[in-house]
Amino acid sequence: MNPFAYSKPAAVNEALRLAGPNARFIAGGTNLLDLMKENVTRPERLIDINGLPLRGIDATASGGLRIGALVSNADLAWDARIEQRYPLLAQAILAGASPQLRNMASTGGNLLQRTRCYYFYDAGVPCNKREPGSGCPAKDGLNRIHAILGASDDCVAVNPSDMCVALAALEAVVIVAGPQGERRIDFADFHRLPGDTPERDNVLADDELILAVELPAEGFAAHSRYLKIRDRASYAFALVSVAAALELDGGIIRAARLALGGVAHKPWRRQEAEEVLIGKPASDETFALAADLLLEGARPLAHNGFKIELARRAVVRALGDAAHSIQHQGGRP
Amino acid sequence: MSATSLREGRSDPAAHSISLVLNGQPRQLDVLPWTTVLDLLREQLDLTGSKKGCDHGQCGACTVLLDGKRVNACLTLAVMLDGRDLTTIEGLANGDQLHPLQEAFVRHDAFQCGYCTPGQICSAVGLAREGRAQSRDEISELMSGNLCRCGAYNNILDAIEEALPATRGEGGA
Ligand SMILES: Cc1cc2nc3c(=O)[nH]c(=O)nc-3n(C[C@H](O)[C@H](O)[C@H](O)COP(=O)(O)OP(=O)(O)OC[C@H]3O[C@@H](n4cnc5c(N)ncnc54)[C@H](O)[C@@H]3O)c2cc1C
Ligand code: SF4
Ligand code: FES
Ligand code: FES
Repeated sequence: MNPFAYSKPAAVNEALRLAGPNARFIAGGTNLLDLMKENVTRPERLIDINGLPLRGIDATASGGLRIGALVSNADLAWDARIEQRYPLLAQAILAGASPQLRNMASTGGNLLQRTRCYYFYDAGVPCNKREPGSGCPAKDGLNRIHAILGASDDCVAVNPSDMCVALAALEAVVIVAGPQGERRIDFADFHRLPGDTPERDNVLADDELILAVELPAEGFAAHSRYLKIRDRASYAFALVSVAAALELDGGIIRAARLALGGVAHKPWRRQEAEEVLIGKPASDETFALAADLLLEGARPLAHNGFKIELARRAVVRALGDAAHSIQHQGGRP
Repeated sequence: MSATSLREGRSDPAAHSISLVLNGQPRQLDVLPWTTVLDLLREQLDLTGSKKGCDHGQCGACTVLLDGKRVNACLTLAVMLDGRDLTTIEGLANGDQLHPLQEAFVRHDAFQCGYCTPGQICSAVGLAREGRAQSRDEISELMSGNLCRCGAYNNILDAIEEALPATRGEGGA
């Protein structure tokens, strides 16, 4: 780790004043310190935000919940309101990392965790995300864990978060503060596709701080399922994951949400895939239609072609489990 | 970073002064911002019970209890301990009286080389306090943050399963 200055502001204004291109906020530290140990990130200053009053989970006027950026992943997943009203989110969080890491990891930090692309983590090799313009060795290299959707010539990395897949399906809103004041960002617009600027994972500026994530009132508590497929049963990143949520009326689908993780630079949703479900019976044939639409345009790299069929089947399985209210510990199959 | 350079950190202008409760004792320490809790414990304080397996949050050998919750010491900065309560494996026993989970690990031979053991035990203490695991499957899932290269998992699970009722809620920290 490189030497750096450390400060712990007690107010948001003060934290924002210290922010800038060479400084980093630190919350749980589980991603940032890892990257600093690998010399992937070398900040001159760490701004410890753990003294800021961002630990609440509060009801919103519109019937949803506002989750402070510093609420730990464990506290969020095990909050009674989340368990009861947003089980999809609880499931997704509990499918990620380990109990120790979930105790440390924060809501804001989870949104900003960086890709697990091996080349990105290895400061000794080129990587457009780490060093813009240096090249992308993953494209023609070891790319088993990489993207099948929305990738570019410059970067084929995926977003590794489980929590974000559920937040995308639930249509959460990210609330951030910056020098110009506060703004609200729809979850679908928060993360971005790599295009020709893969160094940017999301639309947050260096001098902006996440204050909270807001959940709308609708949590699809009766019919939702987070399904995570990985190389081992627990404590591994997703090869493919699905957040599926349905509203049913006598076996007929009235509303549907569907998001894929592990396949793109952001949680992957497609309006057509959700719309095709509306008004149809909750059956595997219907679910297969949605899976095909969601995966339309999927392009395999040399070593990740298996993800396309895996994702298709996972979507059908997750929607079926959601319809039958089947949930498994830690998002397991 | 070597032990010597960390010790020199005490007079380093970059050092921060922190106060914490460590294994029940109030302590005042000078730490460099880039020192992890794991390096502080092992290199500066000679508390070598917490192990360094991976140094990247991937193995759980460094698990300690921070304000009663299990965390990875390798991904926590020492400077962030200010005002907090830290318990390591060295702080679990009460004099010669082992913690129930320590006793259960001995009784069930829940180790081979023993390298993962301090982390496993601290993690199990955290697990007990969380009160979320009832079945063996749930214990297994919620202990997945602690790897054992010797594969002593069956005995580890036996030990935790047995000690959990005695430990639940109390946490031992
Ligand atoms: C071994 C291992 C396995 C893991 N497995 C999984 C997994 O299976 N699934 C999964 O989803 N995740 C997994 N994770 C990742 C983990 O979930 C993230 O590291 C964690 O959520 C990051 O949160 P943090 O608070 O620790 O972030 P930090 O490391 O503190 O910060 C991460 C980034 O966010 C910035 N930041 C933090 N808070 C704010 C804020 N409020 N405003 C603005 N910027 C902010 C920091 O500057 C930094 O750039 C794993 C991690 C490890 C180490
Ligand atoms: S896929 Fe993206 S992160 Fe990985 S090497 Fe290529 S540019 Fe870097
Ligand atoms: S040494 Fe901390 S998790 Fe491996
Ligand atoms: S006993 Fe050897 S690593 Fe677990």
